[in-house]
Amino acid sequence: MTYTMVKRQRKSISINLVSKQKLDKLSSQEKLDFILREIRQGKVLVLEQGLTPLEQTALIEKTMKEIEEDAFIGIEMDGYLAEDKATLFKRLFGVIRKPGLTVIGPADLIKTIRKDENIIQTEILAERGV
Amino acid sequence: MGLFGKTGLAGIIHRIFGKKHAKIGIYGPPNVGKTTLANRILMDWTGEIMGTVSEIPHETRTAKWKRNIKIENGSSSLYFDIVDTPGIATKIDYKDFMNTYGLSRKEARQRAKEATEGVIESIRWLEEVDGVILVMDSTQDPFTQVNVTILGNLEARNLPVLIAANKIDMEDASPATLKAAFPQHPVVPISALTGYNTDTLYSTMVKHFGKRRWWKRR
Repeated sequence: MTYTMVKRQRKSISINLVSKQKLDKLSSQEKLDFILREIRQGKVLVLEQGLTPLEQTALIEKTMKEIEEDAFIGIEMDGYLAEDKATLFKRLFGVIRKPGLTVIGPADLIKTIRKDENIIQTEILAERGV
Repeated sequence: MGLFGKTGLAGIIHRIFGKKHAKIGIYGPPNVGKTTLANRILMDWTGEIMGTVSEIPHETRTAKWKRNIKIENGSSSLYFDIVDTPGIATKIDYKDFMNTYGLSRKEARQRAKEATEGVIESIRWLEEVDGVILVMDSTQDPFTQVNVTILGNLEARNLPVLIAANKIDMEDASPATLKAAFPQHPVVPISALTGYNTDTLYSTMVKHFGKRRWWKRR
């Protein structure tokens, strides 16, 4: 993962690496609450194991409910899902892909520039001020 | 009228071999051409339109629903309820509508507020649909988080999805990139604006969404 500092107006930007163990202890709802609370404090999170697609959708929904003019415009999120082979069982009951490494932060602070199967390139836009 | 209530040999055959009626959501990020596609489908099969289109993102801010659209593919056909959903986004800043599209502050604030509500409504519609046409802009990078999240969600729900690689009338379109990115799903290159290749889209819709899915969970 590559971080590019575009402007250095902030004194510091907090980038927290969050272990899989930390999130494993939380329910889905607790994970979403934790992530949004951190993001709303202006932190960028790198999750060792991100959210499932269903959790990601719930996070988007929760984010929309929390958007506030001039205070919180939403999130930027990018990550990987593990590749899954479509076994018969998964075809029958749906494929729950395991989440992988994910970077997530306030939309006015970070921006994904490029993503491919190996690299997520993210710019940190230090314009908002700390 | 859908054929669920139809009795007789034809009804029995359809119950055994496939669906005759499906509620399909048109999903995707803002400004990929969802409403243009919904309008194209409706114009081609009913002569009506679904809604207005605009270059300003989040033009569709409430889901629009048209029932019982019969789409034919040779000797087979399928009745669809088509739901045109608001674009899904992870961020909405009213200032973008002012600075980029020249809306007044009041208009921009109202649009942003309605857009956030539209995203929530789109996500809630995922519970209601039988399948999804996921519209992607074939001039853009397909690996956006919104595309990946929607696809992952549909896979987890075991909902059939058809990817419409839209805007192939544009010079820099690359539908092959979309096909390579999502080989597990049918990808149909189209131009909803000009109608190019929509015949293929319709035949794929009837085949793909009409399949008997005895494993369907909902």
